[in-house]
Amino acid sequence: MTANYETHEHDVLIIGAGGAGLRAAIEALANGARVGLVCKSLLGKAHTVMAEGGIAAAMGNVDKSDDWRAHFSDTMRGGKFLNNWRMAQLHAQEAPERVRELEQWGALFDRTESGDILQRAFGGHSFKRLCHVGDRTGLEMIRTLQDRGVQQGIDVYMECTVTRLLKDGDRMAGAFAYWRETGRFVVFRAKAIVIATGGIGKAYRITSNSWEYTADGMALAYEAGADLLDMEFVQFHPTGMVWPPGVQGLLVTEAVRGEGGILRNKKGERFMEKHDPKRMELSTRDVVARAIYTEVREGRGTPHGGAYLDISHKPAEYVKKKLPSMYHQFKELADVDITTGPMEVGPTCHYMMGGIRVDAETAQSTVAGLYAAGEAAAGLHGANRLGGNSLSDLLVFGKRAGKAAADYAQGAPSGTLDSGQIETAEREMLAPFEHTGEYPYEIHRDLQETMQSLVGIFRDDADLRKALDSLEQLKPRLERVKIDGSRMFNPGWHLTRDLRSMLLISEAVTRSALARRESRGAHSRIDYAKLDEEWGKKNNLISNQGGTMNLRQEPVREMPEDLQKLLAETK
Amino acid sequence: MSTAENDAAMFDEATLRVFRGGPEGGEPVDYRVPIAPGMVVLDALHSIQAQQAPDLAVRWNCKAGKCGSCSAEVNGRPRLTCKTRMDTLPLGEPITVRPLKSFPLIKDLVTDVSWNYQVNKKIPAFQAKPGGAWKMDQRDVDRVQEFRKCIECFLCQNVCHVLRDHAKHQTFGGPRFFVRIAGLEMHPLDSLSRSKLLKDDMGLGYCNITKCCTEVCPEEIHITDNAIIPLKERVVDEFYDPVMMLVRKIRGA
Repeated sequence: MTANYETHEHDVLIIGAGGAGLRAAIEALANGARVGLVCKSLLGKAHTVMAEGGIAAAMGNVDKSDDWRAHFSDTMRGGKFLNNWRMAQLHAQEAPERVRELEQWGALFDRTESGDILQRAFGGHSFKRLCHVGDRTGLEMIRTLQDRGVQQGIDVYMECTVTRLLKDGDRMAGAFAYWRETGRFVVFRAKAIVIATGGIGKAYRITSNSWEYTADGMALAYEAGADLLDMEFVQFHPTGMVWPPGVQGLLVTEAVRGEGGILRNKKGERFMEKHDPKRMELSTRDVVARAIYTEVREGRGTPHGGAYLDISHKPAEYVKKKLPSMYHQFKELADVDITTGPMEVGPTCHYMMGGIRVDAETAQSTVAGLYAAGEAAAGLHGANRLGGNSLSDLLVFGKRAGKAAADYAQGAPSGTLDSGQIETAEREMLAPFEHTGEYPYEIHRDLQETMQSLVGIFRDDADLRKALDSLEQLKPRLERVKIDGSRMFNPGWHLTRDLRSMLLISEAVTRSALARRESRGAHSRIDYAKLDEEWGKKNNLISNQGGTMNLRQEPVREMPEDLQKLLAETK
Repeated sequence: MSTAENDAAMFDEATLRVFRGGPEGGEPVDYRVPIAPGMVVLDALHSIQAQQAPDLAVRWNCKAGKCGSCSAEVNGRPRLTCKTRMDTLPLGEPITVRPLKSFPLIKDLVTDVSWNYQVNKKIPAFQAKPGGAWKMDQRDVDRVQEFRKCIECFLCQNVCHVLRDHAKHQTFGGPRFFVRIAGLEMHPLDSLSRSKLLKDDMGLGYCNITKCCTEVCPEEIHITDNAIIPLKERVVDEFYDPVMMLVRKIRGA
């Protein structure tokens, strides 16, 4: 059986080729490591490409008084102080340099009058801080990183999916994967592994995420023994498309509001006045998402169950210049001209604040040699992420993870591959071809329905318990999941594996949500509607205890005095 | 579009005639798909996967026209299936969906586009002018940002007759990479010249500006007018300008 796969050897294996994975690969290579980069799709198609609004970095090009202290304090406030303060500090301090670096690698940002990188306003940021390229900042970023990485000579394994991490005792030894095209298996030997696989959007029915976002990296890390942190915090972006049905959930960039877009209910009321009179539409995402949801639930929604978002008071040419892809998206997919009338928008599952617990300086997980960066990692954003802080997160912690992984690999011996682990990985992949249960698509639909209706924007004890029951009932169905056809490029087969990750991590989300009896940031409990100071001092941690999911709390690390003082001053 | 829209209102089902098979052969297979308002061809393909053919091979990612993964030939025209509305197609007859013709078939609607990634590797990356102050005027940036909009859907590569009909993959880079090179060459702070590469390795001369690429570009990049023609002019200036040829001869360069 063991002759059924090819092997490749690297010092550092990076899983995921979005912004974090690419930045990690570039850095690991620059530090002398032999780097392999594995991605589920073609290079350049990862979700980073969809990022629209911009990269948050306190460069002070537009608002001169902006600096890292203000960015740090906005990030902590947005995250309701559950953030890893050290990550928030490093992120705010290093983001401007990471943006300049992109520019030096050929990225072309929009400019100010004086020729510097232009910055725009965004929710929760107290200054104009988002470096951007119209509304396609992510495309500019991924293309720049991709070209830099390719030019530097990274080995890229495209359309290749990792299904198991391989360990030698407590150490990382490599990873087991399959090629999407042929269905054949491949084993990577590596001393250090960086997980940069993004989030879990596809566990929800209404999401801005693509098929790739099935929590693979979080599940791989959990199974390898790493801690998962604050999994209850799932971000619902306030503005997804709601009509027509085929595009439900598709992202409408926050830049629409950053450029002056106004939210109204069907009665024409500017309802953000009730929810956040000071910041209005540019409040944080958790607040705006709840506001829209509440308007709809209380009968003041639009015909298709959303709110109106209007930018048509701005000159048409300005809208087309600053929001070109939104203009086309609505025109082509919804027959709406956003320069003359409002869009209909509603919340969509967008981002995972929780994830793999990492050390702030090195991005190392609680397993030696296993690193995580980007959305797959947790800590920076606390209970709610500010728009624009994701792209900067990818760069800052992608670089740190790449450096630390390369350093670690230099000193570590190669692990021994265990044929037993490989055989298990092969068996579990091939099992669906032998089974006689149901197809994966039905199980996926039921999982999405459960998460969407019971573990969504508003939660309560009864719903969360019901969700745990439903997830429990999906497990035996998934054990018997079947698939037809061959191993050649077979999406149904791939989904059988993705579902395992989604189901596992959905359970982690639900258990954490049930435990946190308060409302904080993106986690809103109807039965515990207020912030609870005691819970503000605790992180939820999920770990694998001999095959059983264990949940525990640990105290949030206390902030040093100088940062506490800084927060008090910037109130 | 109005007739097609009327059509759509009349139909609650459509037939998709989807190519199924691999390099050794295949055939179109008909699937009946229920129609929903605003549905795009990619939705219909997903519905076939979920209900009728779980192993139907389709590439996709963003479903928002931003990643360029879901390219196929719909009723003979190369398109992003995520941006092709069913109600713009004549639903009274089967809608044919076929893989891109210019690349080797893997399975069903998925082709091997790895050649594009090989071509990309040949292009020298951005290299900044020394001592750069990193100040740029928006007007200069605008010109290049048009090229940077490219989502690498490879529809332009697919329709280019140099690749589609003459299979010059070994000696020709294709419109996508002329756009990429134009983005580098016209970058206000770039210091390299890629004219020799364009002339010798990218086969820019094969392009006879029929504009097929521009026509299919979902990002509406003016590939021929704004990228290819200015690049052709650069190559001419550098290699075929009689005055400069004389200068080079005298200098012995």
